[in-house]
Amino acid sequence: MGRIVVITSGKGGVGKTTTTANLGMALTRLGRTVALMDADFGLRNLDLLLGLENRVVYTALEVLAGDCRLEQALVRDKRQPGLALLPAAQNRNKDAITPEQMQQLANLLAEKFDYVLIDCPAGIESGFKNAIAPAQEALLVTTPEIAAVRDADRVVGLLEAHGIRKISLIVNRIRPQMVQANNMMSVSDVQEILAIPLAGLVPDDERVIISTNRGEPLVLEANLSLPGIAFQNIARRLEGEKVPLLDLDAPYNTLMGRLRRFFSR
Amino acid sequence: MSVLTVIQEFLERLFPRSGGSRQDVKRRLQLVLAHDRADLTPEMLEKMRQEIVEVISRYVEFDAEGMEFSLEMDERVTALIANVPIRRVRNEVL
Repeated sequence: MGRIVVITSGKGGVGKTTTTANLGMALTRLGRTVALMDADFGLRNLDLLLGLENRVVYTALEVLAGDCRLEQALVRDKRQPGLALLPAAQNRNKDAITPEQMQQLANLLAEKFDYVLIDCPAGIESGFKNAIAPAQEALLVTTPEIAAVRDADRVVGLLEAHGIRKISLIVNRIRPQMVQANNMMSVSDVQEILAIPLAGLVPDDERVIISTNRGEPLVLEANLSLPGIAFQNIARRLEGEKVPLLDLDAPYNTLMGRLRRFFSR
Repeated sequence: MSVLTVIQEFLERLFPRSGGSRQDVKRRLQLVLAHDRADLTPEMLEKMRQEIVEVISRYVEFDAEGMEFSLEMDERVTALIANVPIRRVRNEVL
Protein backbone atom coordinates (compact mmCIF):
# COMPACT_ATOMS: atom_id res chain seq x y z
CA MET A 1 0.00 0.00 0.00
CA GLY A 2 1.19 3.48 -0.86
CA ARG A 3 1.33 6.42 1.52
CA ILE A 4 -1.70 8.69 1.48
CA VAL A 5 -0.67 12.29 2.20
CA VAL A 6 -2.94 15.33 2.28
CA ILE A 7 -1.51 18.76 1.42
CA THR A 8 -3.49 21.33 3.37
CA SER A 9 -3.29 24.85 4.83
CA GLY A 10 -6.57 26.33 6.00
CA LYS A 11 -5.98 29.65 4.28
CA GLY A 12 -6.25 29.86 0.51
CA GLY A 13 -3.52 31.08 -1.81
CA VAL A 14 -0.54 29.95 0.23
CA GLY A 15 0.70 27.39 -2.30
CA LYS A 16 -1.03 24.05 -1.66
CA THR A 17 -1.60 23.22 -5.31
CA THR A 18 1.86 24.40 -6.38
CA THR A 19 3.33 22.23 -3.63
CA THR A 20 1.25 19.20 -4.64
CA ALA A 21 2.24 19.52 -8.32
CA ASN A 22 5.93 19.96 -7.56
CA LEU A 23 6.16 17.27 -4.89
CA GLY A 24 4.38 14.81 -7.17
CA MET A 25 6.88 15.48 -9.96
CA ALA A 26 9.81 15.47 -7.54
CA LEU A 27 8.84 12.08 -6.10
CA THR A 28 8.59 10.55 -9.58
CA ARG A 29 12.06 11.92 -10.30
CA LEU A 30 13.19 9.87 -7.30
CA GLY A 31 11.77 6.78 -8.96
CA ARG A 32 8.44 6.63 -7.13
CA THR A 33 5.00 6.27 -8.67
CA VAL A 34 2.60 9.01 -7.61
CA ALA A 35 -1.14 9.62 -7.95
CA LEU A 36 -2.33 13.19 -7.41
CA MET A 37 -5.92 13.62 -6.27
CA ASP A 38 -7.56 16.99 -6.71
CA ALA A 39 -10.02 17.33 -3.82
CA ASP A 40 -11.07 20.83 -4.81
CA PHE A 41 -14.42 20.02 -6.43
CA GLY A 42 -15.87 23.04 -8.23
CA LEU A 43 -12.57 24.99 -8.16
CA ARG A 44 -10.07 22.54 -9.57
CA ASN A 45 -6.63 23.90 -10.42
CA LEU A 46 -4.18 21.07 -10.10
CA ASP A 47 -4.67 20.09 -13.77
CA LEU A 48 -3.62 23.63 -14.76
CA LEU A 49 -0.44 23.70 -12.68
CA LEU A 50 0.56 20.37 -14.18
CA GLY A 51 -0.26 21.53 -17.72
CA LEU A 52 -2.68 18.61 -18.10
CA GLU A 53 -5.93 20.58 -18.45
CA ASN A 54 -6.46 19.58 -22.09
CA ARG A 55 -6.21 15.90 -21.33
CA VAL A 56 -8.92 15.66 -18.66
CA VAL A 57 -11.76 13.45 -19.95
CA TYR A 58 -13.33 11.86 -16.87
CA THR A 59 -13.25 12.92 -13.22
CA ALA A 60 -13.51 11.20 -9.85
CA LEU A 61 -17.31 11.49 -10.04
CA GLU A 62 -17.58 9.39 -13.20
CA VAL A 63 -15.45 6.73 -11.53
CA LEU A 64 -17.74 6.69 -8.49
CA ALA A 65 -20.87 6.59 -10.66
CA GLY A 66 -19.45 3.60 -12.52
CA ASP A 67 -19.44 5.51 -15.83
CA CYS A 68 -15.77 4.75 -16.35
CA ARG A 69 -12.97 2.73 -14.82
CA LEU A 70 -10.44 4.38 -12.49
CA GLU A 71 -7.72 3.77 -15.09
CA GLN A 72 -9.70 5.73 -17.70
CA ALA A 73 -10.09 8.76 -15.48
CA LEU A 74 -6.40 8.91 -14.58
CA VAL A 75 -4.45 11.40 -16.67
CA ARG A 76 -0.93 10.02 -17.16
CA ASP A 77 1.83 12.58 -17.48
CA LYS A 78 3.87 12.10 -20.65
CA ARG A 79 6.87 13.92 -19.17
CA GLN A 80 6.90 11.75 -16.03
CA PRO A 81 5.39 8.31 -16.71
CA GLY A 82 5.20 7.55 -12.97
CA LEU A 83 2.76 10.41 -12.38
CA ALA A 84 -1.02 10.33 -12.75
CA LEU A 85 -3.75 12.84 -11.94
CA LEU A 86 -7.25 11.98 -10.78
CA PRO A 87 -9.15 15.19 -11.63
CA ALA A 88 -11.94 16.72 -9.57
CA ALA A 89 -15.22 17.70 -11.21
CA GLN A 90 -15.31 21.38 -12.10
CA ASN A 91 -19.07 21.79 -12.72
CA ARG A 92 -20.10 20.51 -9.27
CA ASN A 93 -19.55 21.62 -5.69
CA LYS A 94 -17.85 20.23 -2.58
CA ASP A 95 -20.89 18.17 -1.62
CA ALA A 96 -20.77 16.14 -4.83
CA ILE A 97 -18.57 13.63 -2.99
CA THR A 98 -18.49 12.18 0.55
CA PRO A 99 -15.55 11.43 2.87
CA GLU A 100 -16.26 7.69 2.44
CA GLN A 101 -16.08 7.99 -1.35
CA MET A 102 -12.80 9.90 -1.10
CA GLN A 103 -11.47 7.14 1.11
CA GLN A 104 -12.57 4.50 -1.37
CA LEU A 105 -10.84 6.25 -4.29
CA ALA A 106 -7.65 6.97 -2.32
CA ASN A 107 -7.40 3.36 -1.18
CA LEU A 108 -7.77 2.11 -4.76
CA LEU A 109 -4.99 4.47 -5.84
CA ALA A 110 -2.77 3.47 -2.91
CA GLU A 111 -2.88 -0.12 -4.14
CA LYS A 112 -1.27 0.93 -7.42
CA PHE A 113 0.95 3.87 -6.51
CA ASP A 114 3.74 4.48 -3.97
CA TYR A 115 2.22 7.83 -3.02
CA VAL A 116 -1.25 9.34 -3.16
CA LEU A 117 -1.04 13.12 -2.71
CA ILE A 118 -4.36 14.85 -2.03
CA ASP A 119 -4.62 18.54 -2.89
CA CYS A 120 -6.98 19.91 -0.24
CA PRO A 121 -9.25 22.91 -0.89
CA ALA A 122 -8.97 26.03 1.28
CA GLY A 123 -11.22 26.29 4.31
CA ILE A 124 -12.21 23.80 6.99
CA GLU A 125 -15.65 22.84 5.72
CA SER A 126 -16.86 19.80 3.78
CA GLY A 127 -14.14 20.00 1.09
CA PHE A 128 -11.48 19.90 3.80
CA LYS A 129 -13.20 17.02 5.58
CA ASN A 130 -13.36 15.06 2.31
CA ALA A 131 -9.68 15.67 1.61
CA ILE A 132 -8.38 14.61 5.02
CA ALA A 133 -10.67 11.57 5.39
CA PRO A 134 -8.36 9.10 3.62
CA ALA A 135 -5.04 10.63 4.77
CA GLN A 136 -2.54 8.91 7.06
CA GLU A 137 -0.26 11.93 7.17
CA ALA A 138 -0.41 15.63 6.35
CA LEU A 139 1.83 18.31 4.89
CA LEU A 140 0.80 21.70 6.21
CA VAL A 141 1.67 24.59 3.89
CA THR A 142 1.86 28.10 5.29
CA THR A 143 3.50 31.43 4.55
CA PRO A 144 5.23 33.67 7.13
CA GLU A 145 2.14 35.84 7.53
CA ILE A 146 -0.12 36.23 10.54
CA ALA A 147 -3.38 35.06 8.92
CA ALA A 148 -1.81 32.02 7.24
CA VAL A 149 -0.12 30.90 10.47
CA ARG A 150 -3.27 31.34 12.52
CA ASP A 151 -5.28 29.26 10.03
CA ALA A 152 -2.52 26.64 9.92
CA ASP A 153 -2.67 26.33 13.70
CA ARG A 154 -6.40 25.73 13.56
CA VAL A 155 -5.85 23.04 10.92
CA VAL A 156 -3.26 21.28 13.12
CA GLY A 157 -5.93 20.99 15.81
CA LEU A 158 -8.49 19.61 13.33
CA LEU A 159 -6.02 17.10 11.85
CA GLU A 160 -5.09 15.86 15.32
CA ALA A 161 -8.76 15.56 16.26
CA HIS A 162 -9.19 13.43 13.14
CA GLY A 163 -6.40 11.12 14.28
CA ILE A 164 -3.72 12.35 11.87
CA ARG A 165 -0.64 12.56 14.07
CA LYS A 166 2.06 12.74 11.43
CA ILE A 167 1.95 16.39 10.41
CA SER A 168 4.88 18.30 9.00
CA LEU A 169 5.27 21.89 8.00
CA ILE A 170 6.25 23.58 4.73
CA VAL A 171 6.95 27.31 5.02
CA ASN A 172 6.40 28.86 1.59
CA ARG A 173 7.27 32.29 0.16
CA ILE A 174 10.12 33.16 2.46
CA ARG A 175 11.80 36.46 1.61
CA PRO A 176 15.26 36.26 3.17
CA GLN A 177 15.94 39.99 2.80
CA MET A 178 12.80 40.86 4.74
CA VAL A 179 13.66 38.32 7.43
CA GLN A 180 17.14 39.87 7.72
CA ALA A 181 15.60 43.31 8.07
CA ASN A 182 13.39 41.91 10.86
CA ASN A 183 10.26 42.55 8.85
CA MET A 184 9.20 38.95 8.28
CA MET A 185 9.00 35.86 10.47
CA SER A 186 11.76 33.38 9.81
CA VAL A 187 11.16 29.68 9.18
CA SER A 188 12.15 28.91 12.76
CA ASP A 189 9.81 31.62 14.10
CA VAL A 190 6.89 29.97 12.29
CA GLN A 191 7.95 26.50 13.30
CA GLU A 192 8.35 27.51 16.93
CA ILE A 193 4.85 28.97 16.98
CA LEU A 194 3.16 26.01 15.29
CA ALA A 195 5.36 23.46 17.10
CA ILE A 196 5.29 20.75 14.43
CA PRO A 197 8.28 19.23 12.58
CA LEU A 198 9.59 21.00 9.49
CA ALA A 199 9.42 19.28 6.09
CA GLY A 200 11.02 22.19 4.29
CA LEU A 201 10.99 25.80 3.18
CA VAL A 202 10.46 27.41 -0.21
CA PRO A 203 11.70 30.91 -1.11
CA ASP A 204 9.42 33.51 -2.67
CA ASP A 205 10.48 33.46 -6.30
CA GLU A 206 9.19 34.83 -9.63
CA ARG A 207 10.04 31.55 -11.29
CA VAL A 208 7.16 29.90 -9.41
CA ILE A 209 4.72 32.19 -11.24
CA ILE A 210 6.45 31.61 -14.57
CA SER A 211 6.25 27.83 -14.16
CA THR A 212 2.55 28.15 -13.31
CA ASN A 213 1.97 30.23 -16.44
CA ARG A 214 3.52 27.50 -18.53
CA GLY A 215 2.03 24.51 -16.72
CA GLU A 216 5.51 23.13 -16.15
CA PRO A 217 6.36 22.39 -12.51
CA LEU A 218 9.76 23.75 -11.43
CA VAL A 219 11.19 20.35 -10.64
CA LEU A 220 10.93 19.38 -14.34
CA GLU A 221 13.83 21.69 -15.24
CA ALA A 222 17.13 20.05 -16.03
CA ASN A 223 19.02 22.66 -13.99
CA LEU A 224 16.94 23.18 -10.90
CA SER A 225 16.28 26.74 -9.71
CA LEU A 226 16.39 27.53 -5.98
CA PRO A 227 12.63 26.93 -5.46
CA GLY A 228 12.96 23.78 -7.61
CA ILE A 229 15.72 22.51 -5.31
CA ALA A 230 13.52 23.40 -2.34
CA PHE A 231 10.68 21.17 -3.58
CA GLN A 232 13.08 18.39 -4.56
CA ASN A 233 14.55 18.51 -1.02
CA ILE A 234 11.10 18.18 0.54
CA ALA A 235 10.47 15.10 -1.64
CA ARG A 236 13.78 13.60 -0.48
CA ARG A 237 12.84 14.24 3.16
CA LEU A 238 9.48 12.51 2.59
CA GLU A 239 11.53 9.56 1.42
CA GLY A 240 13.36 9.58 4.74
CA GLU A 241 16.60 11.15 3.55
CA LYS A 242 18.36 13.62 5.83
CA VAL A 243 18.72 16.76 3.72
CA PRO A 244 20.04 19.99 5.28
CA LEU A 245 17.75 23.01 5.05
CA LEU A 246 18.33 25.42 2.17
CA ASP A 247 20.36 28.39 3.34
CA LEU A 248 18.46 31.27 1.77
CA ASP A 249 20.69 33.86 3.42
CA ALA A 250 23.82 32.63 1.69
CA PRO A 251 23.59 34.92 -1.37
CA TYR A 252 22.95 37.92 0.89
CA ASN A 253 25.49 37.42 3.60
CA THR A 254 28.70 38.19 1.76
CA LEU A 255 30.11 41.67 2.25
CA MET A 256 30.20 42.20 -1.53
CA GLY A 257 26.56 41.17 -1.79
CA ARG A 258 25.64 43.67 0.88
CA LEU A 259 27.68 46.42 -0.76
CA ARG A 260 26.19 45.68 -4.17
CA ARG A 261 22.64 45.82 -2.83
CA PHE A 262 23.42 48.99 -0.97
CA PHE A 263 24.73 50.79 -4.05
CA SER A 264 22.21 49.39 -6.50
CA ARG A 265 19.26 51.01 -4.78
CA MET B 1 22.05 63.42 1.62
CA SER B 2 25.00 64.10 3.87
CA VAL B 3 27.91 61.73 4.20
CA LEU B 4 26.85 61.02 7.76
CA THR B 5 23.39 59.78 6.82
CA VAL B 6 24.91 57.62 4.10
CA ILE B 7 27.21 56.00 6.65
CA GLN B 8 24.38 55.64 9.11
CA GLU B 9 22.15 53.96 6.54
CA PHE B 10 24.99 51.74 5.48
CA LEU B 11 25.55 50.61 9.07
CA GLU B 12 21.84 49.98 9.51
CA ARG B 13 21.85 47.76 6.48
CA LEU B 14 24.84 45.86 7.78
CA PHE B 15 23.38 45.48 11.27
CA PRO B 16 19.61 45.63 11.00
CA ARG B 17 18.01 46.85 14.20
CA SER B 18 15.44 44.78 15.97
CA GLY B 19 12.77 47.45 15.52
CA GLY B 20 11.09 45.70 12.58
CA SER B 21 7.58 44.28 12.47
CA ARG B 22 8.81 40.72 13.02
CA GLN B 23 8.57 40.95 16.81
CA ASP B 24 5.10 42.51 16.53
CA VAL B 25 3.72 39.71 14.39
CA LYS B 26 5.20 37.05 16.66
CA ARG B 27 3.75 38.69 19.76
CA ARG B 28 0.30 39.08 18.18
CA LEU B 29 0.30 35.48 16.94
CA GLN B 30 1.33 34.06 20.34
CA LEU B 31 -1.56 35.88 21.96
CA VAL B 32 -4.23 35.10 19.37
CA LEU B 33 -3.21 31.43 19.18
CA ALA B 34 -3.27 31.04 22.95
CA HIS B 35 -6.91 32.16 22.84
CA ASP B 36 -7.77 30.12 19.71
CA ARG B 37 -6.33 26.96 21.24
CA ALA B 38 -7.94 27.41 24.62
CA ASP B 39 -11.28 28.07 22.96
CA LEU B 40 -12.35 30.23 25.93
CA THR B 41 -14.68 33.13 25.28
CA PRO B 42 -13.68 36.53 26.73
CA GLU B 43 -16.73 36.30 29.02
CA MET B 44 -15.65 32.92 30.40
CA LEU B 45 -12.12 34.22 30.90
CA GLU B 46 -13.39 37.28 32.77
CA LYS B 47 -15.71 35.19 34.94
CA MET B 48 -12.85 32.86 35.76
CA ARG B 49 -10.68 35.84 36.67
CA GLN B 50 -13.33 37.21 39.01
CA GLU B 51 -13.84 33.89 40.76
CA ILE B 52 -10.11 33.35 41.20
CA VAL B 53 -9.79 36.87 42.63
CA GLU B 54 -12.62 36.06 45.05
CA VAL B 55 -10.88 32.96 46.34
CA ILE B 56 -7.45 34.58 46.63
CA SER B 57 -8.81 37.61 48.45
CA ARG B 58 -10.22 35.38 51.17
CA TYR B 59 -6.65 34.42 52.08
CA VAL B 60 -4.50 37.44 51.20
CA GLU B 61 -4.64 41.14 50.51
CA PHE B 62 -3.20 41.80 47.09
CA ASP B 63 -2.40 44.62 44.71
CA ALA B 64 -5.26 44.59 42.20
CA GLU B 65 -3.48 47.15 40.01
CA GLY B 66 -0.39 44.98 39.59
CA MET B 67 -2.32 41.81 38.90
CA GLU B 68 -1.79 40.06 35.57
CA PHE B 69 -4.10 37.45 34.16
CA SER B 70 -3.50 36.09 30.70
CA LEU B 71 -3.31 33.08 28.40
CA GLU B 72 0.13 32.23 27.06
CA MET B 73 1.41 29.37 24.99
CA ASP B 74 4.49 27.30 24.83
CA GLU B 75 4.93 24.58 22.22
CA ARG B 76 1.35 23.37 21.75
CA VAL B 77 0.36 23.84 25.37
CA THR B 78 -1.70 26.80 26.49
CA ALA B 79 -1.15 28.08 30.03
CA LEU B 80 -3.23 30.37 32.17
CA ILE B 81 -0.82 32.78 33.80
CA ALA B 82 -1.97 34.65 36.90
CA ASN B 83 0.50 36.97 38.55
CA VAL B 84 -0.82 38.26 41.87
CA PRO B 85 1.42 40.56 43.94
CA ILE B 86 0.59 39.81 47.59
CA ARG B 87 0.60 42.73 50.06
CA ARG B 88 -0.23 40.89 53.22
CA VAL B 89 -1.45 37.47 54.31
CA ARG B 90 -4.70 37.65 56.27
CA ASN B 91 -4.58 36.47 59.85
CA GLU B 92 -7.94 34.88 59.43
CA VAL B 93 -9.50 33.41 56.35
CA LEU B 94 -12.55 35.49 55.40
